[in-house]
Amino acid sequence: MSQKIVVTGLGATSPLGGDVHSTWQALLQGKSGIRTLDYEWVARHELPVTFAGTAKVPASEVLTLQETKRLDPSSQFALIAAREAWADANITDFVPERLAVEFATGIGGVWTLLDAYDTLNAKGPRRVLPMTVPMLMPNGPAAAIGMDIAARGGVRTAVSACASGTEAIANAITRLRSGEIDIVVAGGCEAAIHPLPMAAFASMHALSKRNDEPEKASRPYDINRDGFVMGEGAGALVLETEEHALARGAKIYAELAGGYVTSDAHHITAPDPEGTAAARAVIGALKMANAEPKDVGHINAHATSTPVGDIAEYTALLRVFGDDLKNIPLSATKSSTGHLLGGAGAIEAIFTVLALHEKTAPPTINIFDRDPVIDLDVVTEPRPLGDNVLAISNSFGFGGHNAVIAFRSYN
Amino acid sequence: MALSQDQVLAGLAEIVNEETGIDTDSVKMDKSFTNDLDIDSISMMTIVVNAEEKFGVKIPDEEVANLLTVADAVNFITAAQD
Repeated sequence: MSQKIVVTGLGATSPLGGDVHSTWQALLQGKSGIRTLDYEWVARHELPVTFAGTAKVPASEVLTLQETKRLDPSSQFALIAAREAWADANITDFVPERLAVEFATGIGGVWTLLDAYDTLNAKGPRRVLPMTVPMLMPNGPAAAIGMDIAARGGVRTAVSACASGTEAIANAITRLRSGEIDIVVAGGCEAAIHPLPMAAFASMHALSKRNDEPEKASRPYDINRDGFVMGEGAGALVLETEEHALARGAKIYAELAGGYVTSDAHHITAPDPEGTAAARAVIGALKMANAEPKDVGHINAHATSTPVGDIAEYTALLRVFGDDLKNIPLSATKSSTGHLLGGAGAIEAIFTVLALHEKTAPPTINIFDRDPVIDLDVVTEPRPLGDNVLAISNSFGFGGHNAVIAFRSYN
Repeated sequence: MALSQDQVLAGLAEIVNEETGIDTDSVKMDKSFTNDLDIDSISMMTIVVNAEEKFGVKIPDEEVANLLTVADAVNFITAAQD
């Protein structure tokens, strides 16, 4: 019998709030974190999309001046979320060599990279700051967290586009089951609300263009959904072996029961319409959890609000759950948060954990006209869940990445 | 117009503070960047880049190794302004 893994700390900064509590409360209240951008660069570049889910609390209000100058915004969000999770777990005694970090990003330090390139063009190579490389590298957020908490058991970064955050959490399972690690701080972050990624995602028609109604733009499963909405922020979870958590009398939110990753090998951006590999990821996560599809009582869907993506995920879920699918309460929380790319899987993992711990499935907002081909039990008002529930959270990313994690109520 | 030594010191102290968090009052002429202020090489290079920008001077790489104390840097920058 392999060691159980439990969740003992949560941290987040998101378009809905600067911490887990405010984010979760805003989510339950059906609020939207999406707003019109008031940056001068939106008009200067005449961007076709003028809104996004900016962090509710700017990182500069939380971190020191030195931290904001030496860390890319993605690392700043990561550090804020990780510190909250670490404090929440209240770990006073640990072996640094048995503490690891698995922290993801989809894009990495894009602000740092492009700012430095602007400086190079405008002022020449002598003005490019020496911290540019450590700030832009995708492992920067994980490394910043590792240094902050003294993690010497290995610091790694999953990079699989919008599946990254979930993949990082799945990777933590392997570390914890190896017997060599007691604690992993896992999660993901993103800070890509910058004119270049905005223009690039818009260029591929991936973004919603509902500029006149930003709060209603992210609308998974609505017949008039027209793309995803960019979000930013980070989510972090403290994961421990059950043995380690019980020995120190930790508060336990839920069990991380399984995690599995597959790949489509189909198309660089389009999901496989058959959903075969995505379905295998769900089944793999359930198998690791010693569970079957009929045991699943809640789903946090990837559901980005793109016309093609929402259908592809539905097809994959149908493959796994068949007729039972329409009876499983499903939440599509990107309707409130927007899409945090590499941070998405992490904050959705937190929502899934809290759904079990608080016994409440969070609502999906902005469904005005249901897409008739998608027959799901979409939760639109906070819905009570039972005491003993198995839940999954899905993430899929450009490159054909499929990552699924499973959580179980811990009583 | 060229800045006085005191003005350069005050400006340099601000740059050091922004980069390292060291209190501006601690950035005194007799302090060593490495031994007293505990500034590592990457921070030192950042301070140099920001000082070049702020004071409009050029601090050649081979010169940076000679800037051991705050006074060394202040004197170099003050002279280089002319």
